[in-house]
Amino acid sequence: MVLQLLSAAAAVSHDAVPDWAMFAYLVSGVLFILALRGLSSPATSRAGNRYGMVGMVIAVVTTLVTHNIASLPEIAVALAIGGGIGFVIARRIAMTAMPQLVAAFHSLVGLAAVLVGWAAYLNPEAFGIAEGGHIHAQSSVEMGLGIAIGAITFSGSVIAFLKLAGKMSGSPILLPGRHVLNLGTLIAILGLVGYFTVDQSLWVIGVITLLSFIIGFLLIIPIGGADMPVVVSMLNSYSGWAAAAMGFTLHNSAMIITGALVGSSGAILSYIMCKAMNRGFLSVIAGGFGAAPEAGAGGAPKEQRPWKRGSAEDAAFLMKEAESVIIIPGYGMAVSQAQHALREMGDLLKKEGVSVKYAIHPVAGRMPGHMNVLLAEANVPYDEVFELEDINSEFGQCDVAFIIGANDVVNPAAKTDKSSPIYGMPVFDVDKAKTVMFVKRSMGGVGYSGVDNDVFYMDQTMMLLADAKKMVEDIVKAMAH
Amino acid sequence: MDFISILSIFVLACFVGYYVVWSVTPALHTPLMAVTNAISSVIVVGALIAAAASGLGQGAGVSKWLGLGAVVLASVNIFGGFAVTARMLAMYKKKEKK
Repeated sequence: MVLQLLSAAAAVSHDAVPDWAMFAYLVSGVLFILALRGLSSPATSRAGNRYGMVGMVIAVVTTLVTHNIASLPEIAVALAIGGGIGFVIARRIAMTAMPQLVAAFHSLVGLAAVLVGWAAYLNPEAFGIAEGGHIHAQSSVEMGLGIAIGAITFSGSVIAFLKLAGKMSGSPILLPGRHVLNLGTLIAILGLVGYFTVDQSLWVIGVITLLSFIIGFLLIIPIGGADMPVVVSMLNSYSGWAAAAMGFTLHNSAMIITGALVGSSGAILSYIMCKAMNRGFLSVIAGGFGAAPEAGAGGAPKEQRPWKRGSAEDAAFLMKEAESVIIIPGYGMAVSQAQHALREMGDLLKKEGVSVKYAIHPVAGRMPGHMNVLLAEANVPYDEVFELEDINSEFGQCDVAFIIGANDVVNPAAKTDKSSPIYGMPVFDVDKAKTVMFVKRSMGGVGYSGVDNDVFYMDQTMMLLADAKKMVEDIVKAMAH
Repeated sequence: MDFISILSIFVLACFVGYYVVWSVTPALHTPLMAVTNAISSVIVVGALIAAAASGLGQGAGVSKWLGLGAVVLASVNIFGGFAVTARMLAMYKKKEKK
């Protein structure tokens, strides 16, 4: 009783957010829009990033100034600890580890949303969303959804992180009856969020949180390693919606604008990734793609076909004689960290007067734009790097297509074989190039899709079987002679 | 602010997001994810409100600590996200003119 009276008193004394603060939040929202707008070209991107930082400072300072800060020292310590950790990680992280870093960061946003939601539940007066100890129905729905989305983002991102960092097998884990289980859990969460408007007991919000953690886990375990670009984008989107839901609870325009931006950004990236694989979003989310093919099922290897093996010296000789070389990097290049050696090879070729271009498939690597960052790290100028649709017509005139660590994205079965699981996926027309060099660890392995690749057996194909980095280094040595 | 004005902001921001993100060059999709990560940590605003509130009642003390925890998590993201984006963007160079 006493508690409720005190709460009511606090609710009355709670000041509305002043107009200037609302305006400041709006400004920071606009600066976040400009941050994304800057990314339309590398030249403007750095300024964009600075707009984002300014926007964040405005949002934080505005919040601190408009609230009676009873605990500034604690807040300063919390900011310093978090900021220090973040800064050190950002400086030290290897560029090849970017996908797992992004997944880890998503999980933090999700967990922060859960904590904020719980804090708002436990002390609703501080947030101005309750009267007489009862949280407004509308706020309680927003809060419930915010906590649920945040928890899904958290546990989903933790699984994505473990898979991307190789701490957990990338192959899909399929539970029996998982679709029924997942759907049932989601319905239960939504039902509880509705029930939360009438019964605001601790157990309701506790069960919402717990079920959401579980569903996030269940949703990601059946999804295989190479579908991770979609998963990472999707979790990016969720982290945005979680921020937006919290923004609704707090009536804060900066959070709502940001949440909407991030939410749509992740959704668009997921869409681009799905389209680049010619797969439906739902089929990716349902998972199971890339599971070990069952014995005898369609993907059984065809009879042995002849193929040609080349050496680093052969490759070096042929490329030096060529007029144009197009390099197609894939996830294998990232795994063996071959980007620096590759750039060296490109430099030597350019010295010989060979035109060198890089061709990047939208789903190459483990996250959108993964290959572009690695090539940029190795000092490859970004105007030598081309997207699929911009370069695909050039293979007809190209002397050498140099495929390194990619496989499915050059498989002609995607164009011709209707029964193939990758049918319809846009691929590079490497079969039109005069010579194809295929850097691959061994003949045994097939791409992620588990489909054999006809490019291996073409007359003009030379298989360069070795670790990607070692092979490229050997080619560089051979060229220098 | 009433619900309908908040909803208006949200819906319009979704459209802005849609058009802005389609104009992002695919080469910068990884920095895009890193920077959206950093800005979605604007959730720190909620964390600060919880952490700044003076204690009233038994829930408030716990709430304050949850808020402080969220401030730590969000600031890892804010500093880490912007710093790693800046680091990546600094690597994108044009061909040197001879």
